[in-house]
Order: sequence, then C-alpha cells, then structure tokens
Amino acid sequence: MISKKKGMSLVAKQRAAGWAFLAPATILIAIMSFYPMIRAFILSLQTGTGANMKIVGFSNYARILSDKVFQQSIINTFLYLIIQVPIMLILAILLAQLLNNKDLRLKGVFRTCVFLPCATSLVSYALIFRCLFAQDGLINNVLIKLHILNTGYNFLGNSTSAKIVIILALIWRWTGYNMVFYLAGLQNIEYSVYEAAKIDGANGWKTFWKITVPLLKPTIIMTFIMSINGTLQLFDESVNLTKGGPANSTITMSHYIYNTCFMNVPNFGYASAMAFIVFIMVAVLALINMKVGDTRD
Amino acid sequence: MTKKNKSASQRRLIPTYIFLVIVSFISVFPLYWMIAAATNTSTDVSRGKIIPGTYFIENFRNLISQQPLWGSLWNSFFYAILTTIVCLLICSIAGYGFEIYHDKAKDGLFSVLLLAMMVPQVATMVPLFQMFSKAGLLNTAVGFMMPMISTPFMIMMFRQNARAFPVDIIEAARIDGLNELQIFFRMFIPTMRSTYAAAAVITFMNAWNSYLWPKVIMQDNSAMTMPMLIANLITGYVTDYGMLMCGVLFCSIPTMIVFFVLQKQFAEGITGAVK
Repeated sequence: MISKKKGMSLVAKQRAAGWAFLAPATILIAIMSFYPMIRAFILSLQTGTGANMKIVGFSNYARILSDKVFQQSIINTFLYLIIQVPIMLILAILLAQLLNNKDLRLKGVFRTCVFLPCATSLVSYALIFRCLFAQDGLINNVLIKLHILNTGYNFLGNSTSAKIVIILALIWRWTGYNMVFYLAGLQNIEYSVYEAAKIDGANGWKTFWKITVPLLKPTIIMTFIMSINGTLQLFDESVNLTKGGPANSTITMSHYIYNTCFMNVPNFGYASAMAFIVFIMVAVLALINMKVGDTRD
Repeated sequence: MTKKNKSASQRRLIPTYIFLVIVSFISVFPLYWMIAAATNTSTDVSRGKIIPGTYFIENFRNLISQQPLWGSLWNSFFYAILTTIVCLLICSIAGYGFEIYHDKAKDGLFSVLLLAMMVPQVATMVPLFQMFSKAGLLNTAVGFMMPMISTPFMIMMFRQNARAFPVDIIEAARIDGLNELQIFFRMFIPTMRSTYAAAAVITFMNAWNSYLWPKVIMQDNSAMTMPMLIANLITGYVTDYGMLMCGVLFCSIPTMIVFFVLQKQFAEGITGAVK
C-alpha cells in the first residue's frame, strides 16, 4: 500500500518536473511576445501620449490609408522581398550544389569565404556598404578609373540606385547563411542519385532543376519563410545604409514605425497600428507558405 | 588512366572554380576593405586606397576621444554573454521538458509557443518599452536580455536534439536515486555538449549583433552597445571613413573570432532546429 502510494507520487513528481522545466520559457514567451502583442493591439486603438491615452477605435488604421510614407515603406519592403529573396535563394542553392561536388578542391576555403559575411553584424555591413557606395567611395573611384564615369555618382542619393544598393547588400550578407541550410540538406541526398542521373545523360543544369531543387523542397520552403519574415522586419539596413533616404524612398516598415515611436513627436498608438499590420502580413505570408509546403508533399 | 580521368574532371570544373573564386572575392572583399580603411586616413580612403596604411593608431585615438569605446565593448560583451548563459539554461531545460516528458498537453503548448516566431519585433517594441520603463529596466542588462532569453527557435533546437538522448540513461539515473533536475544537469548537459556549443555561438552572435531593441531601451550613453556606437559615427555631416571603419572593426572582431574558431558550431546552430 505504502509502496504503491510512493510509486504514484514518483510519477506525479516526474509529471510536475516536466511542467516545471518548461514553465520559465513558457512564461517568458507569454510575457515577452504574446502579452505585448495584445497590448499593441489595444494601443493601436488609442491616441495621445503617456497617461492621457484615449480610445479612438480604428482611426489609427484609417490614417494608414492616407499615410504616403507608410505606403511607400510597404512598397519598398515588398520590392526588396520580391527582388532580393529569389535571387539570393537561387544563388545559395547554386553555390551549395557547386560546393557539394566531391571532385572539387579547396571546398572548405570557398565555403568559409561565402559564409564569412554572416560573421558581421547588420549595422557593420550596412556601414561598410554605405562607405563603399558613397559619392567618394570605392565603387565610384573604380568606375572613374575605368572611365565609365567622369564624376562620382551619388548612388545613395538616387531612389532607384539606393534601393539597388540595399538589395545588393542584403544578397551579400544572407546568401552564405542560406547556403548553409542547403549544404546540410544536400548531404542527405545520396550521391548515387547524381551518379545515376549522369549515366542517364542528364547535364548539370538538368540535374540541378530535376534532382537538387525537388529534393531540397522542404529546406527551400523553410528558408523562404525565414527570408520573408526577415525582410518584412528589415530595420538595420534602412537605418544605417541609406537612413531611409533620399526622401523616404528606401525606408522600410520597421524603420518608419521606429521613427514614429522615438523620433519627432512620439505616437505610440499610430505606431502600434502600423506594427499590427506588419504582424498580419508576417502571419499571412507564413501561413500561405506552410500551406503550399503541405499540399505538394 | 585514373590520373587522366582526374585531370579531365578538374578541367571540366574550371568554370565552377572561376565562378567560386569570383563569389568568394565579392564575399571577402568588403571585409578586407573595412580592415584596410581602418588603417588609412579618411582622405586616402576616399581617394580609393585599398592597401593597408599606417594610420590605425590615429583613427583609434580619434575614436576613443569621441565615443565611449571601452564602455560599449564591455557592455556588448557583458550583455551578450549574460544573455547566452541565461538563454541556454532556460531554452535547453524547456526543450528537454517538451521532449522527455511529452504528452498531448505539452505538445499543444509547444505549437502555441511556436506562434511567437511570427510576432515581429516592431510590434512588441512599444509595449515592452512601456513595461520596462515602468519596471525601471531601461539601461540595464536585464532589460537587454529579457526579450531574447526564451525563443521558440532555441527551444525547438534543444527539443529536436533531446530526441537523440537515450531514455535508458534517464531510467538508470532514476534507479540510482537522482531526481529529475539532477538528471538534467548531470546527465543531459554533459551529453549534449555539442548542441550547447552550437546554441551558444548562435545566441552570442544574435545578442552581440542586435540593434533595434538596444536602441529602444539603452538611452544612456553609458549603456550603449557596439552596434549603437558605430551607428553613431555617421550622424555628423562629414564621415571620417578611417575612424568609422576602425569602429566597425572593433564591432566585428569578436564575432569574426567566434566565426573562425567555431565555424562548424555556427553552421550547426543556424540549421540546428530543422534537422
């Protein structure tokens, strides 16, 4: 009788231990993510500052419809997304495929080089690119020496070229990062599959599209979701590379929301409304991606 | 015969080599340029000099006379290391709990926690700023680390890796009279050293590089981190390239060292949760 009771309490103890182990992490996520998300929604229905917040309903959301800068920031963010993410991911898969060749020498050196940009902080590389593409920066110096340009071109002062610089910088920083996922994924593909394809007469290009890409599909979907998530939250690059300029033409959503909160006249209510829109975008795109990933498998 | 085959296959790889050399050059060059620029005068840099110079000491002196470099370096190290230790502890024990003691309720809770991955930083930034300023956590290390120490990604990584932890060990340890917490500390942590290493590298990098959140809550110059410090260097009208790149260099050295020494763990940390 006693031993039975003790045995049950042991199981109960284990169950309690299990819950106790995940309690700190769970509570922290609840307080640091879920609760602030609810607060953000409540804030988005309010206006005013500090203790004088008034509930105004959805007028903050209505204001978004007439806010040209926020609309510009949405367009910019999606432009970066649509152009940068596919180029980067295709380049990353291609590099992973090339580096997965067992005849290739110096594999480790190439991999380290391509992966190296990940070692720099986002602010660091944004500043490096800002200097490289400055009017008296290295890129202009080279172009002048090659007689392509007569005087330095103001890359960051023109809205189109500034956007291109941001996209190039993003590709530079994140291609190696994504390549690491694909290299890990490729290691799960048997080399004999490629050998068989070679015997069947498939060339490199065909092997790439018919074998590598389909077999890496789960990895591709995951990196796609991560890239979308990251791009929708771009902040460091916009702040430090272009400062959002010229005239807000490269500003991202996060950058504009930050400015609304902490620059000029703080407006937490309106900022929260915009932040909530970002949340909805992230959630919807992630769900679409997961659905696409599900149905084709 | 085989030698011939080998050289033939190498010859076929020539375009691959050319492509990889170009990509490697583009990847490495901006970082090389950063180091070269840190050792030259601003004028030399803007004239396009890309060979390392002898002006590093002066750039460094200018930097420490304008910005609290040592304080920020210390802050960044302190915040990042503290965040890494606490994050690893909380997330590993949670991942372990979710995997080893899993049942329907815990699996359900886990999928709820995963939703936190979709919560963007800008959305929680304002409410957290209000909460933290009320709690007096502005400009503190605790304020810095709080939103970073429990992440779905890390919990998932430890949960995934805990799958490989043999249940026999737990059973044996229980028979030996160890309680559940002791099993975690004495059995799980030592066995999972490589997972901890990978998780530590990735958490340290993320904490060191974080910018938006420190910018929000670290309002005193004395609480500033390295990314904030180097971002301050471009606020003036004229940029001193040499000094700026000197600052960028100091912000990058720790993560570069971590990268070169622990590259394998870094790669594992990035892909850790998806295996």
